[in-house]
Amino acid sequence: MPFIPHNDADTRAMLDAIGADTIEDLFDEVPAELRADALQHVPAGRSEMAVTRLMHGRAAQDTQPLNFIGAGAYEHHIPAAVWELTTRGEFYTAYTPYQAEASQGTLQLLYEFQTMMAELTAMDVANASLYDGASALAEAVLMAVRANRKSKSKRFLMPANVHPVYRQVVETIVKHQGITLELLDYDARGGHLDPASLPGEPGDICALVIPQPNFFGVLEDVDALTDWAHGHGMLVIAVVNPTALALLTPPGEWGRDDKTRGADIVCGEGQPLGAPLSSGGPYFGFMCCKQKHVRQMPGRIIGATVDQDGKPGYVLTLQAREQHIRRSKATSNICTNQGLLTTAATLYMTLMGPDGLRQTAAHSHANTRQLCERLCAIDGVEKIFDRPGFHEAVLRLPRPAAEVLTALEDRGVLGGFDLSGHYPELGNAILVCATETKTAEDLDLFASALKDVLA
Amino acid sequence: MHEQSKANSHQLIFEHSRDGRVNGAHHLDGQADISAIPEALLRRTPPGLPQVSEMDGVRHYTRLSQKNFSIDTHFYPLGSCTMKHNPRACNTLSMLPNFLARHPLAPARFGQGFLGCMWELQEILKDVTGMQAVSLTPMAGAQGEFAGVAMIRAYHDARDDHERREILVPDAAHGTNPATATMCGYTVREIPTDANGDVDVDALKAAVGPHTAGIMLTNPSTLGVFDRRIKEIAEIVHQAGGLLYYDGANLNAILGKVKPGDMGFDVIHMNLHKTFSTPHGGGGPGAGPVGVSERLRPFMPIPVVGRDDNGAYRWLTEQDLPQSIGRLSAHMGNAGVLLRAYVYALLLGREGMERVADYATLNGNYLMARLAQAGFDMALPSRRATHEFILTLKRQAAEQGVTAMDFAKRLLDYGYHAPTTYFPLIVPECLLIEPTETESKESLDGFVEAMCAIQQEADDNIETLKGAPYTLPSRRLDDVKAARELDLKYQPPKDAAGQ
Repeated sequence: MPFIPHNDADTRAMLDAIGADTIEDLFDEVPAELRADALQHVPAGRSEMAVTRLMHGRAAQDTQPLNFIGAGAYEHHIPAAVWELTTRGEFYTAYTPYQAEASQGTLQLLYEFQTMMAELTAMDVANASLYDGASALAEAVLMAVRANRKSKSKRFLMPANVHPVYRQVVETIVKHQGITLELLDYDARGGHLDPASLPGEPGDICALVIPQPNFFGVLEDVDALTDWAHGHGMLVIAVVNPTALALLTPPGEWGRDDKTRGADIVCGEGQPLGAPLSSGGPYFGFMCCKQKHVRQMPGRIIGATVDQDGKPGYVLTLQAREQHIRRSKATSNICTNQGLLTTAATLYMTLMGPDGLRQTAAHSHANTRQLCERLCAIDGVEKIFDRPGFHEAVLRLPRPAAEVLTALEDRGVLGGFDLSGHYPELGNAILVCATETKTAEDLDLFASALKDVLA
Repeated sequence: MHEQSKANSHQLIFEHSRDGRVNGAHHLDGQADISAIPEALLRRTPPGLPQVSEMDGVRHYTRLSQKNFSIDTHFYPLGSCTMKHNPRACNTLSMLPNFLARHPLAPARFGQGFLGCMWELQEILKDVTGMQAVSLTPMAGAQGEFAGVAMIRAYHDARDDHERREILVPDAAHGTNPATATMCGYTVREIPTDANGDVDVDALKAAVGPHTAGIMLTNPSTLGVFDRRIKEIAEIVHQAGGLLYYDGANLNAILGKVKPGDMGFDVIHMNLHKTFSTPHGGGGPGAGPVGVSERLRPFMPIPVVGRDDNGAYRWLTEQDLPQSIGRLSAHMGNAGVLLRAYVYALLLGREGMERVADYATLNGNYLMARLAQAGFDMALPSRRATHEFILTLKRQAAEQGVTAMDFAKRLLDYGYHAPTTYFPLIVPECLLIEPTETESKESLDGFVEAMCAIQQEADDNIETLKGAPYTLPSRRLDDVKAARELDLKYQPPKDAAGQ
């Protein structure tokens, strides 16, 4: 019996103590007509040895070509110690820290995590994570409605160069809350949100969403956009890549106006900080905000306190926001955070340090730049947007993206993400990404494969 | 312990940090050219992340881990959480390199192994729940609940049935239920639970009508008992035109024995981090797949795994399910968690699943019987326990002034993680106790002894309990101070000596 320790003597003794004859008797309150027939589609149990063999076989089918896809999930080197420590039983099999005295490991780690995310984003406070970047953006929108006391509309300005699937997820999650998401066009040459093209009289808008970098990898003029939004009574929701923040101005410092400086709510995808690509999950979403908005922030938050001997300790705090207390009036229905992933991220940030993170960001930027130079040297291939980017770029091909990508796959290269589905106006366009994991030989391989395909 | 070690044991990683300490193993060769990035967009000061050696980082977090209670180290009878053993094979086999390396946007032809596991998991979960289709995408129970209620809404909206504004929720329900209903634009009406722990059917009959969108139920309920009139309840709600949502938090009690689909539910969510033993990880990640009846199938969240006639797997998306409520995550949900659940399902197999309910229920009833025999009061003494039961300390609170919180804190000293306290809210001073099937008889006997010892301590001098815990890394912590004087991140001292 896998994982069930009882032998016959145990079972007998236990039934005797209960005063029942058989285990079946214990189900006598379940109406007979509800008892299910035997399971049909669940296979018979297998030994660990057999399952190991099966899973190795499945994994062996999934060898992946050299990866140049980003588009929201980034391949970075993860130090070996990260998952060694994260999968320690004391972290792996612990639960939500409801009994704080028995969970000081997890609680202190989360306090350190909150500190690191606040530092990275230069914001006042961070929560202990949400499910992923897309749902974090949805939560940020809901939060902005609660936080912007001056706005009476529930209108949001959403740039079209925010990750298209993030925008879909936001629509799904906020659907029944009377919220309108108004799409802002991006500049055709720069790929960015041109501050000069923003309306002079936008009316009553709750918040502007600003990505950095945006989905195309292009860098936005975040200061101008932030000042514009604040000047019109809007909150600013920043959607950022955490690796990029080791290099770029953090959202807490966006804007040139001293009085209103800084994004109000910051969110994004934490996967680049120590989570493997893993077919898309589990990842984690992060959220930070200005101090004045903290009571509107969803998710778990850890606070420092002292115990009855005056020694420092950590607890879940501001729990009155959460579902188990507020119920139908809660800030969100969210219950879990992404505990293991925040553990991994905390370890990653510790082991990499500010220098390691900066190098990862810089080398990813430089590799993508070099990749583009090699690829654009091929006839018919051109970079579409002329503004600088972080670590991704959009390239236009002389033939449909789908067929080129397939041909590249046959030559051992996953060439990028086909943009023609979400952005048909860009034509035969792909989004390419070369992180610090790629060597010069890797870039050469891609270039020669593409040259071959287009010849 | 030496004073310095004591101080160190509370230190934050930032306090170990020293300027210029770099983890050399991650140093990348060569200077990266970032001249293309405009000066104005560059960060002026580096972020205050720790600067420590790998040794110091590893030591710090290893020591931190040792301050935790965990299933691996302690009996953890948290009611409603199903803290069963996390088999290590599930972890190892989900983390095979090819599974970890797979980019979510890589074409399906490079992921047939992974997609095959997902397809089979869908089939297994359909069978276990008795539902017609399953979507694996919701990333946790709460997201599964959201998907479920959103599908109910989509169903009524598609039929132009816009008068249905109300969701019914038992007063004993988990807080996520009403929170979710509100997120979907509904108002919540609570239905009382009767003295036997079942939903009050007369109150339900009075509450349903053309304004009823649906009801959210758990069975066995949060009171740890099986609602015997479930078919009647389903009939009443369906007759009024509403749909039934099943909160699968307590699936462990009935796995393989009773199927929610057979009970009349239209949509269910499962908590794989409970029933299918995926790791709790200090609070996540979970996975909350939803199962649906035929009438809700068109509205399922995407993507869902499909299989072509020639046996190739692919993602079904907007084109395949045009009425879907949409996407809940950027990709397909918590893939790694789903793989762990799949491995677990393979290890158990059909016989193993049926045994889960048998032994979870045996352990629940045994623990309840022994504790009752030892003189403790149960909330529903005449009912069978399911996989969990409620013990109430109402009498001790009134007679001795000792609370469920006091018992919980003292249990920690005895080496047991406390059961769930103060949930469900309708039972005063309660402990919701769920042993799970993976605990041995001795483990349960030890818990009973500890409870008896603590009761004896309460009889002798309640201050012993009031001051607990004594032996843990910290004494009882001041929650009120934490909320009043918010300190949510470390800030280095102003003179920053040594930083």
